[in-house]
Amino acid sequence: MVDHALTVERLSKRFGERVAFDDVSFEVGYGEVFGFLGPNGAGKTTTVRTLGTLIAASSGTAIVAGIPLSEKNGPAIRSRISIMPESPGLYLRLTVMENLQCFAGLYRLDDCRGRIDRALRAVNLADRAGDQCGALSKGLRQRVALARALLNDPAVLFLDEPTSGLDPVASREVHELIGSLRERGVTIFLTTHRLEEAERLCHRVAILNTTLRLVGRPDELREQLFRRSLDVRLRAPLDDPKAVLGALPEVEGWEQTPSGYTLTVSAPDLAAPALARALVAAGADILSIAESHHSLEDVYLELIDEDVEAKSR
Amino acid sequence: MSFSWIRAGAILLKELQDYRRNRFVIGTMAAAPALFITLPMIQLFAANAIGRNVSVHIGLSLLYMLVIPVTVPSAVSAYSVVGEREQGTLEPVLITPIRREEFLIGKALAAFVPTLVIAYTVFGVFLAAAALFAHPVIVSAIYAGTHVLVQLLFTPLLAGWAIWVGIAVSARSTDVRAAQQLSVLGSVPPLILLALISLNVITVSTALALALAAALMAIDLLAWRAVAAMFDRERLVTGIRG
Repeated sequence: MVDHALTVERLSKRFGERVAFDDVSFEVGYGEVFGFLGPNGAGKTTTVRTLGTLIAASSGTAIVAGIPLSEKNGPAIRSRISIMPESPGLYLRLTVMENLQCFAGLYRLDDCRGRIDRALRAVNLADRAGDQCGALSKGLRQRVALARALLNDPAVLFLDEPTSGLDPVASREVHELIGSLRERGVTIFLTTHRLEEAERLCHRVAILNTTLRLVGRPDELREQLFRRSLDVRLRAPLDDPKAVLGALPEVEGWEQTPSGYTLTVSAPDLAAPALARALVAAGADILSIAESHHSLEDVYLELIDEDVEAKSR
Repeated sequence: MSFSWIRAGAILLKELQDYRRNRFVIGTMAAAPALFITLPMIQLFAANAIGRNVSVHIGLSLLYMLVIPVTVPSAVSAYSVVGEREQGTLEPVLITPIRREEFLIGKALAAFVPTLVIAYTVFGVFLAAAALFAHPVIVSAIYAGTHVLVQLLFTPLLAGWAIWVGIAVSARSTDVRAAQQLSVLGSVPPLILLALISLNVITVSTALALALAAALMAIDLLAWRAVAAMFDRERLVTGIRG
Protein backbone atom coordinates (compact mmCIF):
# COMPACT_ATOMS: atom_id res chain seq x y z
CA MET A 1 0.00 0.00 0.00
CA VAL A 2 1.38 3.40 -0.99
CA ASP A 3 1.70 5.84 1.88
CA HIS A 4 0.14 9.16 0.99
CA ALA A 5 0.34 12.50 2.73
CA LEU A 6 -3.25 13.15 1.69
CA THR A 7 -5.96 10.75 0.60
CA VAL A 8 -9.29 12.34 -0.22
CA GLU A 9 -12.30 10.27 -1.23
CA ARG A 10 -15.59 11.69 -2.44
CA LEU A 11 -15.31 14.69 -0.14
CA SER A 12 -18.08 17.30 -0.31
CA LYS A 13 -18.99 20.46 1.53
CA ARG A 14 -22.33 22.22 1.40
CA PHE A 15 -23.42 25.38 3.18
CA GLY A 16 -27.17 24.87 3.20
CA GLU A 17 -28.19 24.75 -0.44
CA ARG A 18 -24.89 26.10 -1.70
CA VAL A 19 -22.33 23.54 -2.80
CA ALA A 20 -18.78 24.66 -2.04
CA PHE A 21 -17.16 21.56 -3.56
CA ASP A 22 -18.57 18.19 -4.43
CA ASP A 23 -17.36 14.61 -4.77
CA VAL A 24 -13.67 15.47 -4.71
CA SER A 25 -11.14 12.60 -4.71
CA PHE A 26 -7.37 12.72 -5.07
CA GLU A 27 -4.16 11.61 -3.42
CA VAL A 28 -0.96 13.49 -2.68
CA GLY A 29 2.30 11.65 -2.08
CA TYR A 30 4.89 12.58 0.52
CA GLY A 31 7.39 15.04 -0.92
CA GLU A 32 5.04 16.04 -3.71
CA VAL A 33 4.08 19.61 -4.63
CA PHE A 34 0.43 19.40 -5.58
CA GLY A 35 -1.25 22.34 -7.30
CA PHE A 36 -4.92 22.95 -6.68
CA LEU A 37 -6.23 25.24 -9.39
CA GLY A 38 -9.57 26.80 -10.03
CA PRO A 39 -11.36 30.09 -10.57
CA ASN A 40 -12.53 32.29 -7.70
CA GLY A 41 -15.36 30.56 -5.82
CA ALA A 42 -14.37 27.11 -7.11
CA GLY A 43 -14.02 25.76 -3.57
CA LYS A 44 -10.22 25.71 -3.25
CA THR A 45 -9.98 27.53 0.08
CA THR A 46 -12.94 25.63 1.48
CA THR A 47 -11.22 22.36 0.54
CA VAL A 48 -8.07 23.46 2.38
CA ARG A 49 -10.06 24.54 5.43
CA THR A 50 -11.91 21.22 5.42
CA LEU A 51 -8.70 19.20 5.24
CA GLY A 52 -7.28 21.45 7.96
CA THR A 53 -10.28 20.60 10.21
CA LEU A 54 -11.39 24.21 10.40
CA ILE A 55 -14.70 23.25 8.87
CA ALA A 56 -16.53 19.93 8.80
CA ALA A 57 -17.05 17.99 5.59
CA SER A 58 -20.66 17.30 4.60
CA SER A 59 -19.77 13.86 3.21
CA GLY A 60 -16.82 11.79 2.11
CA THR A 61 -13.61 10.79 3.85
CA ALA A 62 -10.00 11.88 3.98
CA ILE A 63 -6.75 10.89 5.62
CA VAL A 64 -4.53 13.86 6.38
CA ALA A 65 -0.90 13.18 7.32
CA GLY A 66 -1.87 9.63 8.26
CA ILE A 67 -4.81 10.62 10.48
CA PRO A 68 -8.47 10.11 9.47
CA LEU A 69 -10.29 13.40 9.07
CA SER A 70 -12.78 13.93 11.90
CA GLU A 71 -13.64 16.59 14.45
CA LYS A 72 -12.21 14.41 17.23
CA ASN A 73 -8.88 14.17 15.41
CA GLY A 74 -8.79 17.91 14.74
CA PRO A 75 -6.05 18.86 17.22
CA ALA A 76 -3.89 15.87 16.18
CA ILE A 77 -4.22 16.71 12.48
CA ARG A 78 -3.60 20.39 13.07
CA SER A 79 -0.42 19.60 14.99
CA ARG A 80 0.95 17.68 11.95
CA ILE A 81 0.06 20.16 9.22
CA SER A 82 0.36 23.88 8.57
CA ILE A 83 -1.82 26.20 6.58
CA MET A 84 -0.63 29.53 5.30
CA PRO A 85 -3.83 31.46 4.58
CA GLU A 86 -4.13 33.95 1.75
CA SER A 87 -3.81 36.83 4.20
CA PRO A 88 -0.68 36.54 6.39
CA GLY A 89 -2.69 37.35 9.56
CA LEU A 90 0.26 38.57 11.61
CA TYR A 91 -0.01 40.53 14.85
CA LEU A 92 1.19 43.82 13.48
CA ARG A 93 2.12 45.43 16.82
CA LEU A 94 4.30 42.45 17.71
CA THR A 95 7.76 41.79 16.34
CA VAL A 96 8.54 38.93 13.97
CA MET A 97 10.11 37.04 16.88
CA GLU A 98 7.11 37.63 19.18
CA ASN A 99 4.73 36.42 16.47
CA LEU A 100 6.72 33.24 15.99
CA GLN A 101 7.15 32.69 19.75
CA CYS A 102 3.39 32.85 20.15
CA PHE A 103 2.86 30.17 17.51
CA ALA A 104 5.72 28.04 18.82
CA GLY A 105 3.79 28.07 22.11
CA LEU A 106 0.56 27.13 20.37
CA TYR A 107 2.32 24.13 18.81
CA ARG A 108 4.03 23.36 22.17
CA LEU A 109 7.35 23.04 20.38
CA ASP A 110 10.54 21.91 22.06
CA ASP A 111 13.66 23.90 21.24
CA CYS A 112 11.48 26.87 20.50
CA ARG A 113 14.35 29.25 19.79
CA GLY A 114 16.14 26.81 17.49
CA ARG A 115 12.98 26.16 15.49
CA ILE A 116 12.30 29.85 15.10
CA ASP A 117 15.87 30.50 13.96
CA ARG A 118 15.66 27.69 11.39
CA ALA A 119 12.28 28.91 10.10
CA LEU A 120 13.58 32.48 9.77
CA ARG A 121 16.69 31.28 7.96
CA ALA A 122 14.52 29.23 5.59
CA VAL A 123 12.72 32.39 4.49
CA ASN A 124 15.84 34.59 4.59
CA LEU A 125 14.57 36.72 7.47
CA ALA A 126 17.09 35.87 10.16
CA ASP A 127 18.15 39.51 10.44
CA ARG A 128 14.58 40.85 10.75
CA ALA A 129 13.51 38.99 13.91
CA GLY A 130 13.27 42.19 15.94
CA ASP A 131 11.26 44.16 13.38
CA GLN A 132 7.67 45.03 14.15
CA CYS A 133 5.45 43.19 11.66
CA GLY A 134 3.41 46.30 10.94
CA ALA A 135 6.53 47.94 9.53
CA LEU A 136 7.22 45.15 7.03
CA SER A 137 6.29 45.20 3.34
CA LYS A 138 3.56 42.87 2.07
CA GLY A 139 6.14 40.51 0.61
CA LEU A 140 8.09 40.33 3.87
CA ARG A 141 4.89 39.70 5.84
CA GLN A 142 4.16 36.81 3.51
CA ARG A 143 7.61 35.43 4.26
CA VAL A 144 6.99 35.74 8.01
CA ALA A 145 3.72 33.86 7.51
CA LEU A 146 5.64 31.16 5.65
CA ALA A 147 8.18 30.96 8.49
CA ARG A 148 5.28 30.60 10.92
CA ALA A 149 3.88 27.75 8.79
CA LEU A 150 7.25 25.98 8.86
CA LEU A 151 7.66 26.17 12.65
CA ASN A 152 6.12 22.77 13.39
CA ASP A 153 7.95 21.02 10.54
CA PRO A 154 4.61 20.03 8.97
CA ALA A 155 3.96 16.72 7.21
CA VAL A 156 1.77 18.68 4.79
CA LEU A 157 2.10 22.39 4.16
CA PHE A 158 -1.00 24.02 2.69
CA LEU A 159 -0.28 27.29 0.90
CA ASP A 160 -3.45 29.17 0.01
CA GLU A 161 -2.77 31.68 -2.77
CA PRO A 162 0.69 32.50 -1.40
CA THR A 163 1.43 35.18 -3.99
CA SER A 164 -1.96 36.83 -4.02
CA GLY A 165 -1.57 40.60 -4.07
CA LEU A 166 2.21 40.51 -4.29
CA ASP A 167 4.20 42.44 -6.88
CA PRO A 168 6.29 40.43 -9.38
CA VAL A 169 9.50 40.72 -7.35
CA ALA A 170 7.87 39.58 -4.11
CA SER A 171 6.06 36.80 -6.01
CA ARG A 172 9.37 35.61 -7.44
CA GLU A 173 10.85 35.51 -3.94
CA VAL A 174 7.95 33.41 -2.68
CA HIS A 175 8.32 31.11 -5.70
CA GLU A 176 12.01 30.66 -4.90
CA LEU A 177 11.14 29.81 -1.30
CA ILE A 178 8.56 27.24 -2.40
CA GLY A 179 11.13 25.86 -4.84
CA SER A 180 13.65 25.42 -2.03
CA LEU A 181 11.01 23.68 0.13
CA ARG A 182 10.27 21.38 -2.80
CA GLU A 183 13.97 20.51 -3.02
CA ARG A 184 13.95 19.73 0.70
CA GLY A 185 11.11 17.24 0.11
CA VAL A 186 8.37 19.16 1.93
CA THR A 187 4.88 18.04 0.88
CA ILE A 188 3.08 21.12 -0.37
CA PHE A 189 -0.56 21.59 -1.27
CA LEU A 190 -0.61 24.81 -3.27
CA THR A 191 -3.88 26.49 -4.15
CA THR A 192 -3.57 29.14 -6.78
CA HIS A 193 -5.19 30.60 -9.82
CA ARG A 194 -1.81 31.63 -11.18
CA LEU A 195 -1.23 28.98 -13.78
CA GLU A 196 2.39 29.78 -14.51
CA GLU A 197 3.03 29.39 -10.79
CA ALA A 198 1.48 25.92 -10.76
CA GLU A 199 3.22 24.84 -13.96
CA ARG A 200 6.58 25.95 -12.63
CA LEU A 201 6.32 24.62 -9.08
CA CYS A 202 4.02 21.60 -9.05
CA HIS A 203 4.67 17.94 -9.77
CA ARG A 204 0.96 17.41 -10.33
CA VAL A 205 -2.07 19.65 -10.48
CA ALA A 206 -5.80 19.27 -9.99
CA ILE A 207 -8.34 21.58 -11.54
CA LEU A 208 -11.38 22.25 -9.41
CA ASN A 209 -14.54 24.03 -10.39
CA THR A 210 -16.82 22.88 -7.56
CA THR A 211 -16.19 19.36 -8.83
CA LEU A 212 -12.74 18.06 -9.63
CA ARG A 213 -12.23 18.27 -13.38
CA LEU A 214 -8.77 16.80 -13.90
CA VAL A 215 -5.81 15.54 -11.90
CA GLY A 216 -2.38 14.80 -13.30
CA ARG A 217 0.99 16.11 -14.37
CA PRO A 218 0.68 19.26 -16.46
CA ASP A 219 1.92 17.41 -19.59
CA GLU A 220 -0.54 14.57 -18.97
CA LEU A 221 -3.41 17.04 -18.73
CA ARG A 222 -2.39 18.61 -22.02
CA GLU A 223 -2.42 15.21 -23.68
CA GLN A 224 -5.76 14.31 -22.13
CA LEU A 225 -7.40 17.47 -23.29
CA PHE A 226 -5.76 18.36 -26.56
CA ARG A 227 -5.04 16.12 -29.54
CA ARG A 228 -1.44 16.32 -30.67
CA SER A 229 -0.85 18.60 -33.60
CA LEU A 230 1.79 20.18 -35.82
CA ASP A 231 1.96 23.86 -36.68
CA VAL A 232 3.26 24.45 -40.20
CA ARG A 233 4.37 27.90 -41.38
CA LEU A 234 4.83 28.44 -45.12
CA ARG A 235 5.95 31.43 -47.12
CA ALA A 236 2.75 31.15 -49.20
CA PRO A 237 -0.39 29.01 -48.92
CA LEU A 238 -0.55 25.73 -50.87
CA ASP A 239 -2.42 25.80 -54.18
CA ASP A 240 -4.25 22.58 -53.35
CA PRO A 241 -3.82 21.79 -49.64
CA LYS A 242 -6.35 18.98 -49.76
CA ALA A 243 -4.26 17.11 -52.31
CA VAL A 244 -1.02 17.52 -50.32
CA LEU A 245 -2.14 17.23 -46.68
CA GLY A 246 -5.12 14.94 -47.23
CA ALA A 247 -2.92 12.39 -48.98
CA LEU A 248 -0.71 11.84 -45.92
CA PRO A 249 -1.86 8.84 -43.84
CA GLU A 250 -0.16 10.31 -40.71
CA VAL A 251 -2.40 13.40 -40.85
CA GLU A 252 -5.84 12.92 -39.30
CA GLY A 253 -7.15 16.38 -40.05
CA TRP A 254 -6.04 19.90 -40.86
CA GLU A 255 -7.15 23.50 -40.83
CA GLN A 256 -5.70 26.64 -42.37
CA THR A 257 -4.32 29.35 -40.06
CA PRO A 258 -3.17 32.90 -40.93
CA SER A 259 0.45 31.76 -41.15
CA GLY A 260 0.00 28.24 -42.51
CA TYR A 261 -1.74 25.09 -41.32
CA THR A 262 -2.41 23.17 -38.10
CA LEU A 263 -2.45 19.42 -38.60
CA THR A 264 -3.93 16.92 -36.18
CA VAL A 265 -1.63 13.92 -35.90
CA SER A 266 -1.32 10.93 -33.61
CA ALA A 267 2.46 10.65 -33.85
CA PRO A 268 4.23 13.98 -34.50
CA ASP A 269 7.64 12.27 -34.77
CA LEU A 270 6.47 10.18 -37.75
CA ALA A 271 4.24 12.78 -39.30
CA ALA A 272 6.74 15.66 -39.39
CA PRO A 273 9.30 14.07 -41.80
CA ALA A 274 6.57 12.78 -44.09
CA LEU A 275 4.94 16.18 -44.09
CA ALA A 276 8.22 17.92 -44.90
CA ARG A 277 8.80 15.63 -47.87
CA ALA A 278 5.28 16.16 -49.17
CA LEU A 279 5.53 19.95 -48.84
CA VAL A 280 8.89 20.05 -50.63
CA ALA A 281 7.49 17.85 -53.39
CA ALA A 282 4.56 20.27 -53.72
CA GLY A 283 7.01 23.18 -54.14
CA ALA A 284 6.14 24.89 -50.85
CA ASP A 285 8.67 27.11 -49.04
CA ILE A 286 8.71 25.80 -45.47
CA LEU A 287 9.42 28.31 -42.71
CA SER A 288 8.85 25.95 -39.79
CA ILE A 289 7.24 22.72 -38.67
CA ALA A 290 6.75 22.35 -34.95
CA GLU A 291 4.62 20.41 -32.54
CA SER A 292 1.90 22.63 -31.09
CA HIS A 293 2.47 23.54 -27.45
CA HIS A 294 -0.49 23.90 -25.12
CA SER A 295 0.19 25.57 -21.83
CA LEU A 296 -1.49 24.70 -18.55
CA GLU A 297 -3.43 27.90 -19.11
CA ASP A 298 -4.89 26.42 -22.31
CA VAL A 299 -5.93 23.31 -20.38
CA TYR A 300 -7.44 25.39 -17.61
CA LEU A 301 -9.32 27.74 -19.93
CA GLU A 302 -10.62 24.85 -22.01
CA LEU A 303 -12.08 23.20 -18.90
CA ILE A 304 -13.52 26.36 -17.42
CA ASP A 305 -15.01 27.33 -20.79
CA GLU A 306 -16.62 23.89 -20.99
CA ASP A 307 -18.17 24.49 -17.57
CA VAL A 308 -19.43 27.92 -18.57
CA GLU A 309 -20.96 26.49 -21.74
CA ALA A 310 -22.53 23.60 -19.84
CA LYS A 311 -24.10 26.02 -17.36
CA SER A 312 -25.46 28.28 -20.08
CA ARG A 313 -27.14 25.34 -21.87
CA MET B 1 -4.95 15.89 23.89
CA SER B 2 -5.58 17.42 27.31
CA PHE B 3 -5.87 21.07 28.25
CA SER B 4 -2.53 22.80 27.75
CA TRP B 5 -1.56 25.77 29.91
CA ILE B 6 1.35 26.36 27.52
CA ARG B 7 -1.06 27.11 24.69
CA ALA B 8 -3.35 29.21 26.91
CA GLY B 9 -0.23 30.99 28.17
CA ALA B 10 0.92 31.71 24.60
CA ILE B 11 -2.38 33.49 23.95
CA LEU B 12 -2.15 35.36 27.28
CA LEU B 13 1.42 36.51 26.63
CA LYS B 14 0.59 37.61 23.09
CA GLU B 15 -2.38 39.61 24.36
CA LEU B 16 -0.32 41.34 27.05
CA GLN B 17 2.40 42.18 24.50
CA ASP B 18 -0.28 43.56 22.21
CA TYR B 19 -1.84 45.72 24.98
CA ARG B 20 1.57 47.11 25.85
CA ARG B 21 1.92 48.54 22.34
CA ASN B 22 -1.69 49.67 21.96
CA ARG B 23 -2.20 53.20 23.20
CA PHE B 24 -5.97 52.86 23.04
CA VAL B 25 -6.02 49.88 25.39
CA ILE B 26 -3.50 51.44 27.76
CA GLY B 27 -5.45 54.72 27.72
CA THR B 28 -8.77 53.01 28.43
CA MET B 29 -7.32 50.91 31.22
CA ALA B 30 -5.64 53.94 32.78
CA ALA B 31 -8.68 56.20 32.47
CA ALA B 32 -10.99 53.85 34.37
CA PRO B 33 -8.95 53.80 37.61
CA ALA B 34 -8.42 57.56 37.40
CA LEU B 35 -12.18 58.04 37.21
CA PHE B 36 -13.10 55.40 39.74
CA ILE B 37 -10.67 56.61 42.36
CA THR B 38 -11.82 60.22 41.99
CA LEU B 39 -15.53 59.58 42.50
CA PRO B 40 -15.14 57.46 45.66
CA MET B 41 -12.80 60.11 47.08
CA ILE B 42 -15.42 62.79 46.49
CA GLN B 43 -17.98 60.61 48.30
CA LEU B 44 -15.53 59.99 51.13
CA PHE B 45 -14.78 63.65 51.69
CA ALA B 46 -18.45 64.55 51.21
CA ALA B 47 -19.18 62.15 54.05
CA ASN B 48 -16.42 63.85 56.06
CA ALA B 49 -17.90 67.28 55.46
CA ILE B 50 -21.56 66.49 55.89
CA GLY B 51 -21.22 64.03 58.74
CA ARG B 52 -24.54 62.32 58.05
CA ASN B 53 -25.75 59.60 55.70
CA VAL B 54 -22.27 58.12 56.14
CA SER B 55 -23.34 54.65 55.13
CA VAL B 56 -24.87 55.92 51.85
CA HIS B 57 -21.66 57.76 50.94
CA ILE B 58 -19.51 54.76 51.76
CA GLY B 59 -21.90 52.51 49.88
CA LEU B 60 -21.66 54.76 46.82
CA SER B 61 -17.86 54.90 47.10
CA LEU B 62 -17.56 51.15 47.16
CA LEU B 63 -20.12 50.71 44.40
CA TYR B 64 -18.03 52.96 42.13
CA MET B 65 -15.11 50.62 42.68
CA LEU B 66 -17.20 47.59 41.78
CA VAL B 67 -17.88 49.23 38.44
CA ILE B 68 -14.15 48.80 37.63
CA PRO B 69 -14.22 44.99 37.21
CA VAL B 70 -17.30 45.35 35.01
CA THR B 71 -16.11 48.13 32.72
CA VAL B 72 -12.35 47.54 32.39
CA PRO B 73 -12.52 44.03 30.86
CA SER B 74 -15.64 44.68 28.77
CA ALA B 75 -13.94 46.45 25.89
CA VAL B 76 -10.98 44.07 25.59
CA SER B 77 -13.02 40.91 25.94
CA ALA B 78 -15.58 42.16 23.44
CA TYR B 79 -12.71 42.71 21.01
CA SER B 80 -11.07 39.35 21.71
CA VAL B 81 -12.64 37.23 18.97
CA VAL B 82 -14.33 39.59 16.53
CA GLY B 83 -11.31 41.90 16.61
CA GLU B 84 -8.95 39.09 15.66
CA ARG B 85 -11.38 38.04 12.98
CA GLU B 86 -11.48 41.56 11.53
CA GLN B 87 -7.67 41.74 11.55
CA GLY B 88 -7.38 38.35 9.84
CA THR B 89 -5.36 36.92 12.73
CA LEU B 90 -7.98 34.48 13.99
CA GLU B 91 -7.66 31.88 11.24
CA PRO B 92 -3.90 31.32 11.67
CA VAL B 93 -4.50 30.72 15.40
CA LEU B 94 -7.41 28.34 14.80
CA ILE B 95 -5.26 26.38 12.34
CA THR B 96 -2.93 25.40 15.20
CA PRO B 97 -3.77 22.51 17.57
CA ILE B 98 -5.18 24.96 20.14
CA ARG B 99 -8.44 23.82 21.71
CA ARG B 100 -11.24 26.28 22.11
CA GLU B 101 -11.03 26.06 25.92
CA GLU B 102 -7.33 26.97 25.78
CA PHE B 103 -8.00 29.89 23.44
CA LEU B 104 -10.84 31.17 25.62
CA ILE B 105 -8.92 30.83 28.89
CA GLY B 106 -5.94 32.64 27.37
CA LYS B 107 -8.18 35.46 26.19
CA ALA B 108 -10.08 35.60 29.49
CA LEU B 109 -6.91 35.73 31.58
CA ALA B 110 -5.58 38.54 29.40
CA ALA B 111 -8.60 40.61 30.42
CA PHE B 112 -8.81 39.26 33.98
CA VAL B 113 -5.25 39.86 35.18
CA PRO B 114 -5.04 43.60 34.41
CA THR B 115 -8.58 44.10 35.69
CA LEU B 116 -7.79 42.50 39.01
CA VAL B 117 -4.54 44.46 39.36
CA ILE B 118 -6.32 47.74 38.61
CA ALA B 119 -9.38 47.05 40.78
CA TYR B 120 -7.44 45.91 43.86
CA THR B 121 -4.91 48.73 43.47
CA VAL B 122 -7.70 51.32 43.36
CA PHE B 123 -9.35 49.72 46.39
CA GLY B 124 -6.03 49.72 48.24
CA VAL B 125 -5.51 53.41 47.44
CA PHE B 126 -9.04 54.12 48.63
CA LEU B 127 -8.49 52.31 51.92
CA ALA B 128 -5.15 54.07 52.42
CA ALA B 129 -6.68 57.48 51.70
CA ALA B 130 -9.55 56.73 54.07
CA ALA B 131 -7.13 55.67 56.80
CA LEU B 132 -5.05 58.81 56.36
CA PHE B 133 -7.64 61.52 55.74
CA ALA B 134 -11.14 60.34 56.68
CA HIS B 135 -12.89 60.79 60.01
CA PRO B 136 -12.44 57.73 62.31
CA VAL B 137 -16.20 57.18 62.24
CA ILE B 138 -16.07 56.81 58.49
CA VAL B 139 -13.06 54.53 58.64
CA SER B 140 -14.76 52.26 61.14
CA ALA B 141 -17.93 52.30 59.01
CA ILE B 142 -15.90 51.13 56.00
CA TYR B 143 -14.58 48.17 57.93
CA ALA B 144 -17.92 47.45 59.59
CA GLY B 145 -20.31 44.96 58.06
CA THR B 146 -19.47 43.19 54.82
CA HIS B 147 -18.13 46.10 52.71
CA VAL B 148 -14.52 44.91 52.46
CA LEU B 149 -15.53 41.27 52.04
CA VAL B 150 -17.95 42.21 49.25
CA GLN B 151 -15.21 44.19 47.50
CA LEU B 152 -12.63 41.43 47.73
CA LEU B 153 -14.99 38.62 46.78
CA PHE B 154 -17.07 40.24 44.11
CA THR B 155 -14.31 42.04 42.21
CA PRO B 156 -12.94 38.88 40.48
CA LEU B 157 -16.40 37.36 40.13
CA LEU B 158 -17.85 40.44 38.48
CA ALA B 159 -14.81 40.60 36.22
CA GLY B 160 -15.36 36.94 35.32
CA TRP B 161 -18.97 37.61 34.42
CA ALA B 162 -18.09 40.70 32.34
CA ILE B 163 -15.33 38.79 30.54
CA TRP B 164 -17.50 35.81 29.58
CA VAL B 165 -20.32 38.09 28.45
CA GLY B 166 -17.80 40.06 26.39
CA ILE B 167 -16.23 36.99 24.80
CA ALA B 168 -19.65 35.44 24.13
CA VAL B 169 -20.81 38.60 22.37
CA SER B 170 -17.49 38.80 20.53
CA ALA B 171 -17.72 35.20 19.31
CA ARG B 172 -21.16 35.90 17.86
CA SER B 173 -20.60 39.41 16.48
CA THR B 174 -19.42 40.58 13.13
CA ASP B 175 -18.65 44.14 14.21
CA VAL B 176 -16.28 45.26 16.96
CA ARG B 177 -18.23 48.40 17.93
CA ALA B 178 -21.51 46.55 18.28
CA ALA B 179 -19.75 43.86 20.31
CA GLN B 180 -18.30 46.41 22.72
CA GLN B 181 -21.64 48.15 23.27
CA LEU B 182 -23.50 44.88 23.82
CA SER B 183 -20.78 43.64 26.10
CA VAL B 184 -21.04 46.64 28.44
CA LEU B 185 -24.84 46.28 28.54
CA GLY B 186 -24.63 42.56 29.27
CA SER B 187 -22.18 43.11 32.12
CA VAL B 188 -24.44 45.40 34.13
CA PRO B 189 -27.15 43.08 35.64
CA PRO B 190 -25.06 41.71 38.57
CA LEU B 191 -24.20 45.28 39.50
CA ILE B 192 -27.84 45.98 40.28
CA LEU B 193 -27.78 43.44 43.10
CA LEU B 194 -24.50 44.83 44.37
CA ALA B 195 -25.86 48.37 44.25
CA LEU B 196 -28.68 47.29 46.55
CA ILE B 197 -26.16 45.68 48.91
CA SER B 198 -23.73 48.62 48.86
CA LEU B 199 -26.47 51.15 49.52
CA ASN B 200 -27.78 49.01 52.38
CA VAL B 201 -31.14 48.50 50.66
CA ILE B 202 -30.44 44.82 51.21
CA THR B 203 -28.55 44.09 54.40
CA VAL B 204 -26.34 41.08 53.91
CA SER B 205 -24.69 38.95 56.52
CA THR B 206 -21.28 37.45 55.89
CA ALA B 207 -22.93 34.11 55.19
CA LEU B 208 -25.27 35.62 52.62
CA ALA B 209 -22.39 37.49 50.97
CA LEU B 210 -20.47 34.23 50.70
CA ALA B 211 -23.53 32.44 49.34
CA LEU B 212 -24.07 35.15 46.72
CA ALA B 213 -20.39 34.95 45.78
CA ALA B 214 -20.65 31.18 45.41
CA ALA B 215 -23.71 31.63 43.21
CA LEU B 216 -21.90 34.16 41.04
CA MET B 217 -18.91 31.84 40.78
CA ALA B 218 -21.19 29.02 39.63
CA ILE B 219 -22.71 31.38 37.07
CA ASP B 220 -19.20 32.32 35.87
CA LEU B 221 -18.28 28.66 35.42
CA LEU B 222 -21.50 27.96 33.56
CA ALA B 223 -20.86 31.02 31.41
CA TRP B 224 -17.41 29.66 30.53
CA ARG B 225 -18.90 26.32 29.45
CA ALA B 226 -21.60 28.11 27.46
CA VAL B 227 -19.05 30.32 25.71
CA ALA B 228 -16.88 27.28 24.93
CA ALA B 229 -19.91 25.52 23.46
CA MET B 230 -20.81 28.46 21.24
CA PHE B 231 -17.22 28.87 20.02
CA ASP B 232 -17.61 27.38 16.56
CA ARG B 233 -14.48 27.33 14.39
CA GLU B 234 -16.46 26.88 11.20
CA ARG B 235 -18.74 29.83 11.80
CA LEU B 236 -15.83 31.99 12.91
CA VAL B 237 -13.81 31.19 9.80
CA THR B 238 -16.57 31.21 7.18
CA GLY B 239 -19.22 33.36 8.79
CA ILE B 240 -21.78 30.61 8.19
CA ARG B 241 -22.55 27.21 9.66
CA GLY B 242 -22.80 24.30 7.22
